[in-house]
Amino acid sequence: MADEQTPGGSPTPPPEGGKPTAPPAKPAAPAKPAAHAAPPKPPATMVSTPWDSELARELKQRFGDRIGELSTYLGQNFIVAKPEAAISVLEYLKLEADFDYLVDITAVDWPKRAERFDLVYIVYSFARNERVRVKTYIADGYQPETAVNVHLTANWLEREVFDMFGIEFAGHPNMTRILLPEEWQGHPLRKDYGILQQDQIWVQENLGIESGQ
Amino acid sequence: MPDQTFLDSTELVINMGPQHPSTHGVLRVILKLDGEKVLGTECIIGYLHRGVEKIAENRTYAQFNPYVDRMDYVAAVSNGLGYCLAVEKILNVEAPPRAQAVRVILTELNRIASHLLWLGTHALDIGAITPVFYCLREREEALKIFEKYCGARLTTHAFRIGGLLYETYDGFEQDIKEFCDMFLPRVDEYEELLTTNRIWVGRLKDVGILSADECKEYGVTGPVLRAAGVKWDVRKAQPYSGYDKYEFDIPTRQNGDTYDRYVVRMQEMRQSVRIMRQAVAAMPEGPIMGKVGKVIKPPVGEAYVSIEAPKGELGYYVVSDGSTQPYRCRVRPPSFVNLQALDRMIRGGLVADVVAVIGTLDIVLGEVDR
Repeated sequence: MADEQTPGGSPTPPPEGGKPTAPPAKPAAPAKPAAHAAPPKPPATMVSTPWDSELARELKQRFGDRIGELSTYLGQNFIVAKPEAAISVLEYLKLEADFDYLVDITAVDWPKRAERFDLVYIVYSFARNERVRVKTYIADGYQPETAVNVHLTANWLEREVFDMFGIEFAGHPNMTRILLPEEWQGHPLRKDYGILQQDQIWVQENLGIESGQ
Repeated sequence: MPDQTFLDSTELVINMGPQHPSTHGVLRVILKLDGEKVLGTECIIGYLHRGVEKIAENRTYAQFNPYVDRMDYVAAVSNGLGYCLAVEKILNVEAPPRAQAVRVILTELNRIASHLLWLGTHALDIGAITPVFYCLREREEALKIFEKYCGARLTTHAFRIGGLLYETYDGFEQDIKEFCDMFLPRVDEYEELLTTNRIWVGRLKDVGILSADECKEYGVTGPVLRAAGVKWDVRKAQPYSGYDKYEFDIPTRQNGDTYDRYVVRMQEMRQSVRIMRQAVAAMPEGPIMGKVGKVIKPPVGEAYVSIEAPKGELGYYVVSDGSTQPYRCRVRPPSFVNLQALDRMIRGGLVADVVAVIGTLDIVLGEVDR
């Protein structure tokens, strides 16, 4: 338990969560890069290049300004869509472009940002052997539409996102926790939830011990 | 007033697990039954949740490496490979050829070990007592090679970001060759016990069918998908670690029932031997560690990298904010996603088949719950 010293409330990652994608973002390097005397600071934003392909053009044409950038980073393509357009994009990809396999749904918390969460859908096409990420930026409290009606896989994946991040999906058939107990307070993968933090009351009531640690 | 002359046909709800030998861990399934017929199931998971993804955000990249072994502890080497590849991707480095060859050998050996444990316990669930002893006997040989290579049998931590920490020991190639020579006839032996066994076939044929379209709907991958006739394997579709250099087939079947999944996994073990033989025969010389600094500090960015784990597509979505710790490390676990299809597979079946279907999904609860 090497970093027992870093107490509950303050999660370690650096405060300046520069946007993971190209747009504005202050050129703010992390304020305290761990303990190591720094090698040259890495750029604070992801250096992605525009993604140009037939599919990308089709998408741009179809969705216009409802999707933002279409980019490539390390050879992996991703689409940034407006939150309300995400499901239509997934549906379009599934029905028109053979992206029939929803690999994963997950989120990333950027507490400093106005749209606090990245919601990431990864889809794959067996026919094209191609993988695309669909990202949306959503604010805390925003309820994105569920993807269950497009891909059944989304059911458990969205429940996990809800469990871990507290993002509620509108229209989901069973929006309950999946890994943690139903009565648990808090959403552990949010950055303001410390690593040693837990629902003490739940632990005391259900396990009959002072602390689970 | 219902007709009292017949047996009561109201829905019966019974609880199975979490402490049940056939759920392969702490899976709890609530079964809704009408007599012997299953009307529906509900899985309750999370008993083994350790917050692996949260731990990742509080460890350095290298420190987190051993944790991934504890997810799918039956196939720890595959977990490690996926994680190392993901971090190498955002670092934009590649392991040297020799490291890649050793990685392939150990990963395939681990696939065999994982499939053997599945076969033994699955057969035990169905009521065939003998295979488990044979399977564990051969698995032991595989684990011995892991132990000789890195000192650990299960949670191996065999690979490091950028390559390998340990050079292979003297006689590693010989051990692998001997294992391959020993193992193939043993697979024949298992097949003699089971493949045409009337009870085995009777219990597995047409049980828990999942068609190709349903597999895609549910995101089910691995042997379950291949048994439904989809010729798809990450090792072929998007080769990593030099899998494109080796010749091997993707075994598929058509029906997508429990029996087909059994056949596919048996074939996969033979293919793994094939890959290992080629890798040992053409083992490159050279360094085993790529150009990775002492402090691993990837540039700001993100990547999703997946590999073909014994259970299906195992993916890591790593987000870096330029610090020494992952900003986010999402694991896309094959067991978790595959388990979701359990309800579809068992609905309308018999209660005795529940055990067969849970077994055939080959889930590891450490990975489902993380």
